[in-house]
Amino acid sequence: MSHDATLNPQGEAIQLTPAHAHDAHAGNGHEHHHDSFITRYIFSQDHKIIARQFLITGMVWAIIGAFFSVIFRLQLGFPDKTFPWMETIFGHWAKGGRLDPEFYYALTTMHGTVLIFFVLTAGLSGTFSNFLIPLQLGARDMASPFLNMLSYWFFFLASVIMFSSLFLQTGPFQGGWTAYPPLSALRAASQGSDRGMDLWLASMATFVISQLLAGLNYISTILNMRTKGMSMTRMPLTIWAFFFTAILGVLSFPVLFSSFILLIFDRTLGTSFYLSDIFIGGHALPNQGGSPILYQHLFWFLGHPEVYIVMLPGMGIASELLATHARKPIFGYLAMVGSLFAIFVLSFTVWAHHMFVTGMNPFLGAFFVLLTLLIAVPSAVKVFNWITTIWKGNINFVPPMLFAMGFVSLFISGGLTGIWLGNSALDLHLHDTYFVIAHFHLVMGVSAFFGMFAGIYHWFPKMFGRYLNQTLGYIHFWITFTGAYLIFWPMHYEGLAGMPRRYYEFNADSLGIYHQFQGLNEVISVVAIVVFLTQLMFVFNFFYSIFRGRKVTDQNPWKSNTLEWTTPIKVGHGNWPGEIPEVYRWPYDYSKNGVDYTPQTVPLSPEEQEELAHVAHPETIHERQL
Amino acid sequence: MAVFFAILMALLLFVVIFQIAKASEYVAVLKGEKSSRAQANKVNAFLMISFLVLGLFGVYFCNEELKDKLLPRAASIQGVAIDHMMNITLVITGIVFLATQITLFTFAFRYRSSEKRKAKYFPENNKLELAWTIIPALAMTVLVGIGLKHWFELTSEAPANAMVVEVTGHQFNWFFRYPGKDGELGKKNYQLIDPGKNNPLGQDWSDPANQDDFVSSVLYLVVNRPVKLIINSQDVVHDVGLPYFRLKMDAVPGIPTTLWFTPTITTAQMARITGDDNFTYKLICDQLCGKGHYSMVANIVVETQAEFDQFVSQQKPQYQFAMASLKPPPADTSSKAAPADTSAKPAAAGSGASGLR
Ligand code: HEM
Ligand SMILES: [Cu+2]
Ligand SMILES: [Cu+2]
Repeated sequence: MSHDATLNPQGEAIQLTPAHAHDAHAGNGHEHHHDSFITRYIFSQDHKIIARQFLITGMVWAIIGAFFSVIFRLQLGFPDKTFPWMETIFGHWAKGGRLDPEFYYALTTMHGTVLIFFVLTAGLSGTFSNFLIPLQLGARDMASPFLNMLSYWFFFLASVIMFSSLFLQTGPFQGGWTAYPPLSALRAASQGSDRGMDLWLASMATFVISQLLAGLNYISTILNMRTKGMSMTRMPLTIWAFFFTAILGVLSFPVLFSSFILLIFDRTLGTSFYLSDIFIGGHALPNQGGSPILYQHLFWFLGHPEVYIVMLPGMGIASELLATHARKPIFGYLAMVGSLFAIFVLSFTVWAHHMFVTGMNPFLGAFFVLLTLLIAVPSAVKVFNWITTIWKGNINFVPPMLFAMGFVSLFISGGLTGIWLGNSALDLHLHDTYFVIAHFHLVMGVSAFFGMFAGIYHWFPKMFGRYLNQTLGYIHFWITFTGAYLIFWPMHYEGLAGMPRRYYEFNADSLGIYHQFQGLNEVISVVAIVVFLTQLMFVFNFFYSIFRGRKVTDQNPWKSNTLEWTTPIKVGHGNWPGEIPEVYRWPYDYSKNGVDYTPQTVPLSPEEQEELAHVAHPETIHERQL
Repeated sequence: MAVFFAILMALLLFVVIFQIAKASEYVAVLKGEKSSRAQANKVNAFLMISFLVLGLFGVYFCNEELKDKLLPRAASIQGVAIDHMMNITLVITGIVFLATQITLFTFAFRYRSSEKRKAKYFPENNKLELAWTIIPALAMTVLVGIGLKHWFELTSEAPANAMVVEVTGHQFNWFFRYPGKDGELGKKNYQLIDPGKNNPLGQDWSDPANQDDFVSSVLYLVVNRPVKLIINSQDVVHDVGLPYFRLKMDAVPGIPTTLWFTPTITTAQMARITGDDNFTYKLICDQLCGKGHYSMVANIVVETQAEFDQFVSQQKPQYQFAMASLKPPPADTSSKAAPADTSAKPAAAGSGASGLR
């Protein structure tokens, strides 16, 4: 307990700035008289509003990114058809209703960039870290509400810049979300590498700033602002996941930033960091001695941690929800934290598994094989622990639970193929084929989305005081879940046949071997359209329910143990009207001693105190160590 | 019109779904939370187990449908090894896949909410956790062992008798340069590249070793003879993708890479194996390199030593084309060996960067 005493007493003191204190006594932030609409909903410093801003901006980007995938899937599924309406929308990029190859590449590039960075990084972490860290730890707001607001507005600015690049005469950037030079460095190499790339870099640099501000805030809030009794080992696994996600971001985004700086230098100042021996557009360039591979190292030093930045929040949310809705404690809490930590550390040591075919030193490659496959171990531990968590549970199949279980299933399916790709010898055949597309969409794209959906369905009542429509939720889950497998499972076969990714079409004459997948591609595209429409239905459900959904009448609708459900149904600025509750136990006392759930705020019973003296329980281990 | 109709139908369908969803919410409120929960649990638990059964059947079906569309058997010694390793990996990961997915979905069904049961309080068990740390670790050790053995073989030095071919990628074509009789590739320098003067690779004509080097737009290989590719790029990163041989290697400007392998099946033999008279091996670009990326495909011919010798004897060194272009144009420039004439492709045609007219 001495531990808590040193870390937490400030917990309340720091945040109770006069304004908040006043607010807290008023009991309801909505009665706030000196707040105008602008300071309350637009330039708000309230973490809950900022969370909603991230969520809604993320949703807008998700719709755009998914819409792009539908367009390029039409090209892949129906390469011989024309779609006159495309010309209406895209103008000269789809003359006669056929997509231009350059625009195809622009669409895939934007699709990847937007979904990975804007939706599954900013949209996901931005929403749930902001919303849950103060609420689940018992804090009145973030460590720095102002920086928090700035982080959103930098993200917004990045969004505006990226969005405006869509309207350039020469089109947005077209060189893939990884933006490898020299393709991305030389304006002569592609139309999109001209103005489009300028804006892409400006947007991404702004985005990095936003992520750093956000990350530092999450970390300092988690370390400093836990309520009394909330020792680190009593934190919900969601918070542990957000914690490691934030550290990953803070350590790796600056490296991405530096790679961009060098790229900007090469593009504008005539330096040769990434350029050497190039003959393009009929000219030999003067640049010598640079290395395109250097960029790839810098990029993937962020790029690989980035996939875990995308994954970890989903893992945390799934852990939390599987326990809550199976009415069971999470199995192996410490192992769950330990495996998050192992993944966090290892994720910095595997980046070059994206570069096995760049001609890297085979000896070096061997280390990356070893470390990459090593990451499978903590991942496997997590999967087994999730499965054990639902074993002998009493599972309530509410939509958030379905999405959490879907998350686990998709994570398994996509994770196992990572073992193929991480083994360099197999990667020689599979790299840059549809096998990779199938792998990362399942393991990262779709499953992270499932984590996000699970979180939205679960915390929507807390965010908006109303429920999402359940029936639409079930339809959403089953179509998306089935659709995800239908879309991505067959792509493994295309990849095994060596079918290359980022191909605008598979010419019947020169690539007959891949042209024979035409029928399959058509099916995939049709399913993708259905899945896309289903997401629109979800978006409708979301906005409809904000205003017209069934009202929440129960303060703790899911019978959950965590602190956010001790706040009023409509949470005001400052979160708790009175004192912040104190915490006495870990958050997973479900079905303990025959009691369905025991919130963290319930003091230990005399029997439990006695038990504590004997049994090695996650919290007690912690307390003994101290 | 059709589009408009489709949108209308989708909207209509959505309105219907929405009405049902709304109605079922009211019904749930009327029936009480408990009984509507119980109903939803029953339905979804059933759907979970059906998903497993249908899913496993789907995997089987997908396999049956698509297995004939996979590649024919590997056409190189290295490819056979990789396929072998892939099968081992498939078995190991396949077992884990089945075991975990089946448990996940059966648990979901088996432990659906019930008034009669209470959930078990089971927060940890060190033995179990140790077991499923160690078992995956062992499995990974095996896979890493096999993988690295192959990796070091694949990336070892090429045998001394390997024939050498230089591969150069540029937007959006491939060149293959052979060393000629002296067995030595002449020096080159990217600053000397001048397609207009028949020097697309920047060969240095002052190096005598260059005088017999010839350039082709088709990659000719000898069956059962190791070949070492020296891979270059002139502009952006490309990738030499060899699906039939199960290999690939990037082409990086400024940093030559190498890749060696031993083809084992001639084009003619493969035509018989696949039953496709027009069978041709392909070299495809596997790294996004610009708008013509998808068309950056070259043909490969694997033939016997005799056929290859015959081919070589017909080639004219690039040196001769270059020298000819310095003099008044001679009549004969239509030989198969001049890449300028054979590499015309749809993508290259529109590209200013190609420089080859
Ligand atoms: C409706 C669902 C989706 C479909 C049908 C889809 C389809 C595709 C396809 C076919 C490609 C390959 C394009 C090519 O290489 O030619 C692709 C690329 C990609 N997708 Fe998706 N995708 C979907 C959702 C997502 C999500 C949720 C993510 C988020 C992580 C994502 C991230 C990416 C990335 C990073 C790429 C690579 C982009 C690049 O090549 O630079 N996708 N997608
Ligand atoms: Cu990675
Ligand atoms: Cu390419």
